[in-house]
Amino acid sequence: MNDTLKSLRFTLLAVVAALFVSAFIIVITDLEALGDGNFGQAFRTLGTAYWGLFKGSFGSLRAISNTITGATPLLLAGLAVSSAFKAGLFNIGATGQMLAGAMGGLWVGFTFQLPAIVHVPLALIASAAAGATFGAIPGVLKARTGAHEVITTIMLNSIASFTVLWLLKTELFKREGRDDAISKFVEESAKLPKLFGFMGKRIDLLAHYGFLVALLATFVFWWLLRKTTLGFEMQATGFNQEAARYAGMRTKSLVVISMAIAGAFAGLAGGSEVLGLYGYASATVAGDIGFDAIAVALLGRSTPIGTLVAALLFGALQAGGRQMQVDTDVPIDLIIVLRALIVMFIAAPLLVKAIFRIKGEAHAFGQTFRGWGG
Amino acid sequence: MKFELKGITKRFPGVVANDQVSLEVSTGEVLALIGENGAGKSTLMNVLYGIYRADEGEILIDGSPVSFSSPADAIAAGIGMVHQHFMLVPVMTVAENVVLGVEPTGRFGSLDISEARRMVREVSDKYHLELDPDAVIEDLPVGVRQRVEIVKVLLRDAKIVVFDEPTAVLTPSEILEFFEIVKTLVSAGRGVIFITHKLKEALTIADRINVLRRGKVAGAADPKHATEAEIAEMMVGRAVQLVVDKSVAKPGESVLRVANLSVVEPDGRTVVDSVSFEVRAGEIVGVAGVQGNGQTELVEAIAGLRRAASGSVTLDGKEITSYSPRERHSAGMAHIPEDRQRQGLVVDQSIVENLVLTRYHDDEFSSGFLMKWDAAEAKAKELVAAYDIRTNDPTQSASTLSGGNQQKVIVARELSRDIRLAVASQPTRGIDVGSIEYIHAQMVKERDAGTAVLVVSTELDEVMSLSDRVLVMYRGKIVADLDPKTVSQMDVGLYMAGSRPDEARAS
Repeated sequence: MNDTLKSLRFTLLAVVAALFVSAFIIVITDLEALGDGNFGQAFRTLGTAYWGLFKGSFGSLRAISNTITGATPLLLAGLAVSSAFKAGLFNIGATGQMLAGAMGGLWVGFTFQLPAIVHVPLALIASAAAGATFGAIPGVLKARTGAHEVITTIMLNSIASFTVLWLLKTELFKREGRDDAISKFVEESAKLPKLFGFMGKRIDLLAHYGFLVALLATFVFWWLLRKTTLGFEMQATGFNQEAARYAGMRTKSLVVISMAIAGAFAGLAGGSEVLGLYGYASATVAGDIGFDAIAVALLGRSTPIGTLVAALLFGALQAGGRQMQVDTDVPIDLIIVLRALIVMFIAAPLLVKAIFRIKGEAHAFGQTFRGWGG
Repeated sequence: MKFELKGITKRFPGVVANDQVSLEVSTGEVLALIGENGAGKSTLMNVLYGIYRADEGEILIDGSPVSFSSPADAIAAGIGMVHQHFMLVPVMTVAENVVLGVEPTGRFGSLDISEARRMVREVSDKYHLELDPDAVIEDLPVGVRQRVEIVKVLLRDAKIVVFDEPTAVLTPSEILEFFEIVKTLVSAGRGVIFITHKLKEALTIADRINVLRRGKVAGAADPKHATEAEIAEMMVGRAVQLVVDKSVAKPGESVLRVANLSVVEPDGRTVVDSVSFEVRAGEIVGVAGVQGNGQTELVEAIAGLRRAASGSVTLDGKEITSYSPRERHSAGMAHIPEDRQRQGLVVDQSIVENLVLTRYHDDEFSSGFLMKWDAAEAKAKELVAAYDIRTNDPTQSASTLSGGNQQKVIVARELSRDIRLAVASQPTRGIDVGSIEYIHAQMVKERDAGTAVLVVSTELDEVMSLSDRVLVMYRGKIVADLDPKTVSQMDVGLYMAGSRPDEARAS
């Protein structure tokens, strides 16, 4: 598959280009050193910063744990965006679907007293179901009225945030003795085990079984696309809705189903954060993950394996960024700049072509974003 | 004046679109440039018009080299282009469109519309191109719009006018008018390059014919002596069968029956107006008509892609008016849609996936929720061989295929199973002569096997040579039911234009 290799090369080069531009930013913002004309010092800062970035993401077991912890919700939410992309839908609503999933998992997590072997799966299923239901709403709106999913998912994000804010203050969810929007703790039996828990004393490492759930979800996504009639129908609809309709596929139902599947992935992201990382829910449980997931899907070109790699990269940047901030004066905000640069270079393949003097067409590349048409 | 292209080579990644192509045209003559789709005609003209820059070779005007870096340079040098898809603003008037870019301005830079009108009249009088400067483009028929494009080019003082497939959108009578215009242009001392794939037209109007094949000049022909078959052979590289080879039809029982079928657009326009006809087993019924007279909608209503406002569709005695596309498919209807890229194929998916696009739910290719890709791939291999689809690897995306081979994928998929009725819309539009020949043969084979075949085409030649019976559609109605063996092309053309041959002769 020549095309796959070509797009992989572009993705890699985009990352390299972004690292290069970020390096430039680190050097020129090291004002103290530059003010003294001490260029050597500025470059040493750069070295320390990038070393910190690496050390903090892969340099130790703790670093790896942090990378995995960051990557877990990004991967699940990334799948929510990727799977919708594959069906020709632009899912901006991962945030809202995550919140729905978080609340579903939370409720099952604190309401029932069950053995862990039943409780954990049940809570995860509740997360996926809540996310799927919430995700299906924009699907139904699109199928029935033609309302564009970009608009409706953005609006539903706000609806979800405020609903969660309200729910967290109701008697059902409210934590005893607290007035702010913060929930009860889930039962111990509903918590996802720590990934490195088998190592006994390293119980303080944050990575949890949510990562395994995410890996499983990635596999399910791959299996769906490659092996099932539904996946075939989703992709046909995504590439060419007219042709899908001509072929007798029920494109309207497919829109709803595709959005529900996307919602289920995002719901699991919310659920795994609550059940694996926090043990409770707050109004900010979804954070910016729903939006970062769009960048993850874009970077991963909406393929299962690509989404996985992109989520790990973003998780690593997040974990390494903290170390970088500790080791140098370079603020963690640089990671946001770096991520933005990666996305920019991905979205502007011609720029990457020009920088690296690649001959030939950057064809089929900008296609991940097909914008408002579909 | 003499315009020369000398040794033009233009490469795109992976292809040489033009390979050492040379041609010349002088004012006062018509040069026809013939070649199949993808032979490099458009690339060559885009080089001449300054849209592409040639990798090698030069352009000479009266022997001195020139260099165009944009269409503006080409226009300034006296080259005009009438594109296949007109570049007109539909909501503006003729005069406004014609002066676009060279607007006469009054004081304070405002548009001097009366001067614009005068300019249009001057040109249209000089070349006998009847035009109302104040007519709005969207109200005008296609033939008149083409005249507007021609006036536009002449107003910019083009010495050489390039027409890119100018007759594709015209009715037979409009084509005759167009030829008159070309003659007027030539006698007024302009030169014409006429790009086409229709051999008959090139023979009628051209002074010289140049043939391109796979980016190279395959030869030149003198229209006074050359025959269609000779030129076709030059185009394709081998002898081709231009006339469909078929025996007399032996129609059997009625398979498709369409009764009082009407289709109404959401805006209230009736596009198919109470149409009734039948297609019997073992016959090919052709529907002729100028594009946009309801053929597309008629086919979509028969195939279940569009709701009928009233009337019924019956297949083998069973009413299927409310059936979904898939139910019709299962009932034995095959549909080769009008636009292969938009409807017939998912070009970004593999050839294998496209070969099962309408059949993946059959037990042969899936069991319940799971696809049987091994079975699909085996079937694809079989169909690729049986239907002469030129590809090395059916797992590659359908976009890697040429237009003709893409169409063969659809034909293979639709005709390779047990069917009672085949509905084909524009089955050979924009594909090479070799593939046309092949697809026609397949449809005749299908007919001889007892299938009812309905062919809709705007290519009159195709309908006439392929069909056993010809229906003519005009403004949503079927206005004639003719025998292609006894009726003349000219008469069918008159029906297509909305008149009746007997009336036309009387007047």
